[in-house]
Amino acid sequence: MRHIISLLMENEAGALSRVAGLFSARGYNIESLTVAPTHDATLSRMTIVTRGDDQIIEQIIKQLNKLIDVVKVQDIQDAPHIERELMLIKLQASGEQRDEVFRLAEIFRGQILDVTDSSYVVQITGPGARLDAFVEAVGSIPVIEMARTGALGLARGARGMTV
Amino acid sequence: MELLSGGEIFVRCLQEEGVDVVFGYPGGAVLHIYDAIFQQDKVKHVLVRHEQGATHMADGYARATGKVGVVLVTSGPGATNAVTGIATANMDSIPMVVFTGQVPTHLIGNDAFQEVDNVGITRPCVKHNFLVKDVRDMAATIKKAFYIASTGRPGPVLVDIPKDVTDPKVKVPFEYPRDVVLRSYNPTTKGHGGQIKKAVDLILSAKRPMLYTGGGVILGCASEQLTRFARRLNYPITQTLMGLGAYPASDRQFVGMLGMHGTYEANMGMHHCDVLIAVGSRFDDRVTGNLAKFCPTAKIVHIDVDPASISKNVKVDVPIVGQVGDVLNEMLRLMEHEGRAPDAEALAAWWAQIEEWRGLECMKFKWSDEVIKPQYVVQKLWEVTGGDAYVTSDVGQHQMWAAQYYPFDKPNRWINSGGLGTMGFGLPAALGVKMAYPDAEVACVTGEGSIQMNIQELSTALQYQLPVKVISLNNRYLGMVRQWQEFFYSGRYAMSYMEALPDFVKLAEAYGHVGMLIDKPADVEGALIEAFKLKDRLVFMDFRTDPTENVYPMVPAGAGLNEMILV
Repeated sequence: MRHIISLLMENEAGALSRVAGLFSARGYNIESLTVAPTHDATLSRMTIVTRGDDQIIEQIIKQLNKLIDVVKVQDIQDAPHIERELMLIKLQASGEQRDEVFRLAEIFRGQILDVTDSSYVVQITGPGARLDAFVEAVGSIPVIEMARTGALGLARGARGMTV
Repeated sequence: MELLSGGEIFVRCLQEEGVDVVFGYPGGAVLHIYDAIFQQDKVKHVLVRHEQGATHMADGYARATGKVGVVLVTSGPGATNAVTGIATANMDSIPMVVFTGQVPTHLIGNDAFQEVDNVGITRPCVKHNFLVKDVRDMAATIKKAFYIASTGRPGPVLVDIPKDVTDPKVKVPFEYPRDVVLRSYNPTTKGHGGQIKKAVDLILSAKRPMLYTGGGVILGCASEQLTRFARRLNYPITQTLMGLGAYPASDRQFVGMLGMHGTYEANMGMHHCDVLIAVGSRFDDRVTGNLAKFCPTAKIVHIDVDPASISKNVKVDVPIVGQVGDVLNEMLRLMEHEGRAPDAEALAAWWAQIEEWRGLECMKFKWSDEVIKPQYVVQKLWEVTGGDAYVTSDVGQHQMWAAQYYPFDKPNRWINSGGLGTMGFGLPAALGVKMAYPDAEVACVTGEGSIQMNIQELSTALQYQLPVKVISLNNRYLGMVRQWQEFFYSGRYAMSYMEALPDFVKLAEAYGHVGMLIDKPADVEGALIEAFKLKDRLVFMDFRTDPTENVYPMVPAGAGLNEMILV
């Protein structure tokens, strides 16, 4: 099953590689991993999307907690939560396809960030599934390149993951 | 506040931590530190012959004393040579602080001479590691390193120190921090009260109980608590390779080691028990055999200081995270307070069954007048040393025979590389033990394969007068490899025969020690007595043992613990 794991860690050099190294060394799957500092400059927040049965997820959380730099770990999958991802996608579009891209971007509430006479860069945000749906909808319009951030997540409600 | 250079701070920190000996090897990046060591006499330094030796010496020292072992090596190859020893300590959770030199900060990342990314290369095999970029951070970092290494589930911590950080011209105010505050690291010590109560209920309800204890009991200094706990319950107790000595092996309740080369009674007891009490053990694959067939009828209680050890390989019913000594004490208190006792009738029947298994005498081996049986050498070693020596071992058949035929009655006496299985561990580890306890008998049980992996440390032994006894069970084969090839590869002995062996007697003599060649069973005891009489000499004993002998019993890969190969 897919899980979104959030963690707070000391904002120190090498912290990211400790987490990434843990996943590769123990053969855990990483679907996506994002990391950036938080409002507290001493902390980074990382969001990892992974897959595994309950026993594996339990081990992942324990092993993450065991890392000395990791301050807090939370599996936000089980509680109500918000998940968002951002995609930039560059499409080759000329002739009729230009209208089609424009229309699709509107349907998906995307933004067009760059235009040339033969291409568009579209920004789409939303849960991962919506990004997938956009790529699907684009259909035969050639994709030149794309970049996705990987998922970010927060639990719903007033409480948060703090130190 | 006094002003000190990085090198001076380094030395002062070690003094503050009560370090009496550092095992190391100098080189360019650590010259400032060595200069500071030279100018004091509180911290002794042992110069090894290879950095791997330094790590195993510090490791042996730590295993015997329970204190943190300390290593100092230079950058690049100095550090990479130390990696095997760091990984060895990591797998067995041994508290160690390893200092590595690094190229000056402005050269880091430039592929400078003797540069390697020490923090990166050791990341997967340390408990934690640090790079000290500023001399002002040095004292606090060293304090943290010792704290992390020695608390919770112990382990090696590496501190990488660039050369400019120890520049003697740069002096900064020095104060050794009293406390360490790490918001991200707070190891649990006390077990959860509710869980402990639940565990006691389950333990006392057992009809066929089994205590299965590991290295965590020794690391947690909980031998005394474990012994009281086991005696009060009168339950059978088995131990892992790492746990030997935590409960007296000569006691009736001890049913021997379990696992791949465990006793029949221990493995059968595991397979048939209804309540398994795991204490400081981690359900390693060499212990469990085939997981699908492991303890099929047991409810499991697991006490461990490391939450990640719990339900990693085997799902347990009552997990308790905490220091094993504290948890056992708490359980004892509950049982005593409530005056509760186990089911005596069921227990008597269970013991009768265990005695029947024990009656099989699975450790019996064939005697020979012609050729020395390796098991016999270990038995005699036990007799000659009164069962009270510190015994280190290398890895392979001799390691299993040492574990099987030298019953340990005290903790911290049996010192071997259980997790990583590092050949070359035994001799340097023995020197580390001897360094800690100069008056104790220290024997290294090894083989002609393993001993050659760190034989250069015979030279260190001479320099520091560390008269250990090397008991080499020389069967001219990489015995464990040969055994597997015999069993599972139709006797195709690929690369397991050691040709062109050196003359070990001459080799020992060349290093300034005493060498003995023993090739007759009748000479074994006399030779051992003679060797141990030479109190101030290292004696290298080259026992020519039966090349075809195998380690029994054996649980083959993929089998359950009840599916042993007996002799």
